[in-house]
Amino acid sequence: MSSVELQHITKKFRTVTALNDVSFTVKNREFFVLLGPTGAGKTTTLRIIAALLHQDSGSVLFDGESVDDWTPADRDVAFVFQQYSLYPTMTVYDNLAFPLRSPMRKTPGPEIKEKVQRAAEILHIGHLLDRKTANLSGGEMQRVAIGRAIVREPRIFLMDEPLSNLDAKLRESLRVELQHMQKTQGNTTLFVTHDQIEALTMADRIGVLNEGRIVQVGTPNDIYDRPATTFVAQLVGSPRINLFDARVEDSQLWLVGSKISVPCPTDRTMPATVQVGIRPEDIQPDPKGKFSGEVILTEPLGVETILHIRSGEQVLTSLIPGISSMRLHDTVHFNILRDRLHYFDDSGKRIGQ
Amino acid sequence: MSDFYETGPSKPVTESIRVDKVSPKARRMHNIRAIVVVILAILMLIPILVMTQTAFKTRADVVSVPPTIVFKPSLEGFVFLFTERAIAPPGRIKALQEAAETGDLSLFDRVALNSGQEITGLSDYVGRLTNSLIIAGLSTVFAVVLGLFAAYAFSRFPVAGKDDLMFFILSTRMLPAVVVTIPLFIMYRQLGMHDTHIGMILLYTVFNLSLSVWLLKGFIDEIPIEYEEAALVDGYTRMQAFYKIVLPQAITGIAATAVFCLIFAWNEYAFALMLTSDTARTAPPSIATMLGRGGIEWSAIAAGSLGFLIPVAVVVFLLRNYLLRGVTFGAIRQ
Ligand SMILES: Nc1ncnc2c1ncn2[C@@H]1O[C@H](COP(=O)(O)OP(=O)(O)O)[C@@H](O)[C@H]1O
Ligand SMILES: [Mg+2]
Repeated sequence: MSSVELQHITKKFRTVTALNDVSFTVKNREFFVLLGPTGAGKTTTLRIIAALLHQDSGSVLFDGESVDDWTPADRDVAFVFQQYSLYPTMTVYDNLAFPLRSPMRKTPGPEIKEKVQRAAEILHIGHLLDRKTANLSGGEMQRVAIGRAIVREPRIFLMDEPLSNLDAKLRESLRVELQHMQKTQGNTTLFVTHDQIEALTMADRIGVLNEGRIVQVGTPNDIYDRPATTFVAQLVGSPRINLFDARVEDSQLWLVGSKISVPCPTDRTMPATVQVGIRPEDIQPDPKGKFSGEVILTEPLGVETILHIRSGEQVLTSLIPGISSMRLHDTVHFNILRDRLHYFDDSGKRIGQ
Repeated sequence: MSDFYETGPSKPVTESIRVDKVSPKARRMHNIRAIVVVILAILMLIPILVMTQTAFKTRADVVSVPPTIVFKPSLEGFVFLFTERAIAPPGRIKALQEAAETGDLSLFDRVALNSGQEITGLSDYVGRLTNSLIIAGLSTVFAVVLGLFAAYAFSRFPVAGKDDLMFFILSTRMLPAVVVTIPLFIMYRQLGMHDTHIGMILLYTVFNLSLSVWLLKGFIDEIPIEYEEAALVDGYTRMQAFYKIVLPQAITGIAATAVFCLIFAWNEYAFALMLTSDTARTAPPSIATMLGRGGIEWSAIAAGSLGFLIPVAVVVFLLRNYLLRGVTFGAIRQ
């Protein structure tokens, strides 16, 4: 296992800049999640690390050593592709044994057998070994694809949205297994996803990628509690964060288009117009609450309920535990947790902290 | 049935509803379709049937009007096909007639007696057929192998001017072959390649290459590049990945392309007529020239055509499983 560092990686496809000065480090034995929407450049990043693509500028380092001139085989990474990764003409066993049979590795026969058996056991695919891959289910295919990565000890695991083509239940169980596997074996893993829940639940650290740029790198807590930009704030958290334009007047912050105002924080310098972010769980109904609004929609989810509250022209979403007794058009009083508010300037950058 | 979907089962479902059961109407359609196909196949095969019959007919049966359907088979046509003959002198005929009365005549003697011709040696038919096998076979191998590498490069690498080059390759097919036979004839004369195996193999290879590159590029484009990339990451070189991953998946396309190339080279007539005379002469022009020699031996021509048909039929039969999938041009995946 190795640490992997990207230094100022830039990659253009003709007119499209897929990656723009991307730098981050995946530490040895760390589970690093690269989170970003479709088209952000996640796959491109993985392909550059695996040497399937070459960057226009910048450097890739394994354990501090530049590997820019190394071929994919030399780099010795394991890649789980988003799709099409199993060889359709081979059985599951041959697929798993394929990396071990590489002329570069020259693994002896009995060892191949033993390693394939062990990987199959970890992933519960022992009964599939003789099957052709064409008639496996999606979940089984992805297990085999992951199995092909874990039969050997690569320097890093690169996983390109391995769970995104699976149904919700399967995704959840495989997610737990992957996490367990990574923690027990201590594999360095760079996991790519556009799903914020996957990122928050699995990652040691998250790197947020948007339009080819790294926006923020941090622990799941950092990303959730101190989003660096409005983009990150909106990307993580479900339901989405409430984001309002606000004006500073008389050391009060007025949310534009509503009757809500909060005292302006004094620990940082605020410009005249800002954007205020409020997590839904920080809007808490309370009969003695300072603010009020009209319930225009409730979404009971079982363990919690999403309330849509209108105040003036604005609609706030609030997340409350349990099933709410609120009904449509009820007037609801609520409080906003002031010390949990997020402030962003006009360009979307976080103000303070 | 439709009620079921709207209301659901009103009582417990105790018998299984087989989805694999075919409704009587669908089965009838299936039968009608099968009958139509069989009739069409028979219509198509009539010329081949007539040819096969003719090959086994005697001279009298061949020319009889109306044609005989049931007849006593004879190997006369094959004897004519494989031998050179001359008009037998009258003395020899007489000797044969006398021998016939005592009853012990060999097959060849009998043919000589019936036709009044005496066998003087082996014909060149076997040699011509061998030439066809060598030239068509090797040119197909070369066209497919070279085409495969070219198609792979065009499909996978950023070749400069790719589209123009592909069009250029296709454009070599746009000129009718006959137009270039005279220039080729002169060139081959000058280069000393007239009537050589090498010359014909080269010609057919070059001619088939455009078809082969275009067909194979289509098949290789269909194979997702991720498979090779996975192999590269798994520790294989590009060549090894090509060999282990691309080839097995391209095999149907390769088989289909090979058959197309083989059939072209096997049937080709115009170039062979112009550019070969003896050593490298292939079967198509030689069968045709049999027509021109003295009396027309229809049974011999039919026998020759039959022999000419067999090798291609065998190849197509051997590759039939690949072809069924291959000639749909990748419309059906995997
Ligand atoms: N081979 C390519 N040729 C041209 N553009 C590409 C290529 N690969 C990726 N891109 C572009 O680069 C950007 C990033 O793509 P990608 O890394 O696949 O994003 P992600 O995996 O995050 O969805 C996209 O705009 C995509 O269209
Ligand atoms: Mg992607």
